[in-house]
Amino acid sequence: MMRTSKHGRPWTPTRRSFLKDAGTTAAALVLGVHSPFAESGQAASPPAPAIFDPNVFLRIDPDNTVTILSKHFEMGQGITTGLATLVAEELEADWSQMRVAFAPNKPQLYRNLMYGPYMLTGGSASLANSWEQMRKVGAAARNMLTTAAASRWEVPAGEIVVAKGVVSHRASKRSATFGELAADAMKVPVPRDVELKEPKDWKLIGKRLARLDSVAKATGSAKYALDMRRPGELIAVVRRPDCFGAKVLSFDDRYARSIPGVIDVVRIPSGVAVLATDVWSAMAGRDVLRITWDTSTAELRSTSEILEEYGRLAEASGTQAVRRGDAAAALAKATHVLEAEFTFPYLAHAPMEPINGIMELRPGGAEIWSGCQVQSADAHFAAKVLGLAPEQVKINTLLGGGSFGRRGNPHGDWIAELAEIAKAIDGRAPVHVVWTREDDIKGGYYRPLTLHRVKVGLDASGQLSGWQHKVVCQSIFVGTPLEEEMAKDGFDRGSVGGLADTPYDIPDLSVESYNAWSPLPVLWWRSVAHNHTAHVIETMLDELARRARKDPVAFRQSLLANHPRDLTVLSLAAQKAGWGRPMARGRGRGMACHRSFNTRVAMVAEVTVTRPGYRVDRIICAVDCGVAVNPGIVEAQIEGAVGFALSSVLRNAITLDKGVVEQANFDDYDPTRFSEMPKVEVHIVKSLAAPSGIGEPGVPPLAPAIGNAIAAATGKRLYSLPFDSSLLH
Amino acid sequence: MKFNVNGQEHNVGDIDRDMPLLWVLRDRLGLTGTKYGCGRAQCGACTVHINGAAVRSCSLSARDAEGKKIVTIEAVSGRVADAVRSAWQRLDVVQCGYCQSGQIMTAISLLSNIRKPTDAEIDAAMDGNICRCGTYIRIRKAIHEAAWSIAQGR
Repeated sequence: MMRTSKHGRPWTPTRRSFLKDAGTTAAALVLGVHSPFAESGQAASPPAPAIFDPNVFLRIDPDNTVTILSKHFEMGQGITTGLATLVAEELEADWSQMRVAFAPNKPQLYRNLMYGPYMLTGGSASLANSWEQMRKVGAAARNMLTTAAASRWEVPAGEIVVAKGVVSHRASKRSATFGELAADAMKVPVPRDVELKEPKDWKLIGKRLARLDSVAKATGSAKYALDMRRPGELIAVVRRPDCFGAKVLSFDDRYARSIPGVIDVVRIPSGVAVLATDVWSAMAGRDVLRITWDTSTAELRSTSEILEEYGRLAEASGTQAVRRGDAAAALAKATHVLEAEFTFPYLAHAPMEPINGIMELRPGGAEIWSGCQVQSADAHFAAKVLGLAPEQVKINTLLGGGSFGRRGNPHGDWIAELAEIAKAIDGRAPVHVVWTREDDIKGGYYRPLTLHRVKVGLDASGQLSGWQHKVVCQSIFVGTPLEEEMAKDGFDRGSVGGLADTPYDIPDLSVESYNAWSPLPVLWWRSVAHNHTAHVIETMLDELARRARKDPVAFRQSLLANHPRDLTVLSLAAQKAGWGRPMARGRGRGMACHRSFNTRVAMVAEVTVTRPGYRVDRIICAVDCGVAVNPGIVEAQIEGAVGFALSSVLRNAITLDKGVVEQANFDDYDPTRFSEMPKVEVHIVKSLAAPSGIGEPGVPPLAPAIGNAIAAATGKRLYSLPFDSSLLH
Repeated sequence: MKFNVNGQEHNVGDIDRDMPLLWVLRDRLGLTGTKYGCGRAQCGACTVHINGAAVRSCSLSARDAEGKKIVTIEAVSGRVADAVRSAWQRLDVVQCGYCQSGQIMTAISLLSNIRKPTDAEIDAAMDGNICRCGTYIRIRKAIHEAAWSIAQGR
């Protein structure tokens, strides 16, 4: 499973690195966090059978708390609560005794089972890849507690009952808490395999359990990286170039050094860092730096020029991502042909907690405190800068104040920069790099600027007759260690996600992909390509249906006949929204349905067109994400995705003027506001299928549902995002 | 300089009088519940109460904050604060949670002034607080629920 890249050494940590840490198992820990396989009596076994080793994933303390070690990063999506639910279900724990801590960066133990050897959170894969693993952890630990109790009480294990955190033997009227049994249970060999409960016996899965992070986050006591301070740390604020790819030619730090609190000013590859005793002084020092930049290799174009280049690219043939049937021949036979062009702007993620992190260097190693989402990449790039091996970099993952993709960076950008600063001051103090909001909005790693050109046909009977589709955007994977895997031969599979694998039965489909290039760095933005591909597909389907004088829902139903789960969400959303019921003048209803990350979501938007613009009144959503482990969190993720995606429908865009980002803060990159939030109704399809993602799939259908509703209300169709509502009047 | 924060006087020594109150709280007093989000009073993550009113601490200088009674998320108390916090928890409002200190401080200030706010009054009060996770629906519900529980004398 080892993956290599021409851009650096592979992220392959060694087994030796975590065995070295074995000595740190604290006596107080009953099922020890760092307990390696060697200590759990399985030294001879290969790592594979211990995949659900409870020693790795949970700890029961004498105070009867059960702490799960989350291999996944919590950025608000509720995954820590979800993982704890899976463990508690099989462990038969009481919800009130469950706690969560973040696992250390040991990919051998904590890898994402859907992403090879890497420890990372992303692709809405956390519950899906943990579904069996975490339940087995809970079942194994229950089994060990039961064995320990049977041995202590000298009764048959089969007579022991575990419920609500209590182990009891009815006949002898004996009972014990997990905390009381944990020391004995630790000595029991980890079972080789365990049986999982039948769904009918679930007590916690499917219930609206309270989030484990609710209290800390509602009292100001939750600690994010920006709230952490290491003794003696220096705050670093970096002046980066106005134009992506520019380099420092020379700088004058006289004024910066005269600011009280400023300790040092250092040059690093990404710019010039001002180090100070506090954030305000570091920001003030940076403001008075004088820097001359070399822009010879920088992006100096404006957005319009880049889009012109995209247009020229699309004139030629691209990389054929899908060729099904004969789209050209089908279009030649069509009686109606629709052509449309869609553009999607660069978008900043703008998580509320700006990017930041702390690094401490010590002989032979480094330690990081940050909201790390792709620990394997972060350790890899820190190590590369510092001349260490990745396993010499210890990451303390902290709660993330949002991410939406920004903290899951395969370039490890802010961590590598942090390492550069720490190296530049010879590690003489811990360094805490802090990005201001302006740094965040102007700092790149945007959702790529994207151009779609699409040509679709209808035959005389109103059936689809040919679909040609071109997608031009910058590749996210090229230049990362995942390039070999995801962007082989210049074709980035990520750029056409949701289109190349659309569930709609389109017999004659051609998808061409074009990789543009710019020094401006791009990154996935909640749902990756789905946030543009779904918009184009769903907008065109709606227009086709109307052109064919067919009902847009019925038209979609006919194309999903072989996909019952997709069909179900489509029909459910339509039914719950009262599809087909007349609406008042100036109001409209629009449908969109999309599958991403194996989750099906259909949304009906209700809008009122006003002067100027429009208002989104209500979103009726049906979702099938397999088992809804916590329906309250599923609903929250859909509500949140609506709020997040609405920003990109209403107004958000990052634009360049001769290479300079024209936006800076929340005044000119203004997210959805409270009063703009529509009502959101979520209907979850009951399912026993294994859970799929929920963090991202709520994003893709929102924009087209709104656009289709506007078209229903006005007869006018908007294509590009954000919608230019001046076109309506 | 001296600051009255959460009922206590704090002497922070000689600091830049232009330093925003936000950084006095976070970097000098270690009160990190008040968050930095934008530095320009655009997002509300830094909201504190000054003499009872909701104020963006990122845009108030140390000079102007000195001598005022400042209350932060860590110590805000009373019937309204209790009702708001408990509604927030009951409805599991939070997602990433980073903006929630500011949301809660603004909501407490709203309910202290208007005991039973309408949706329009909630919109007006909360529009300056950004939540990128999109928890607005639950915030609205929590404010209504807190208002109801205060009215019931709970």
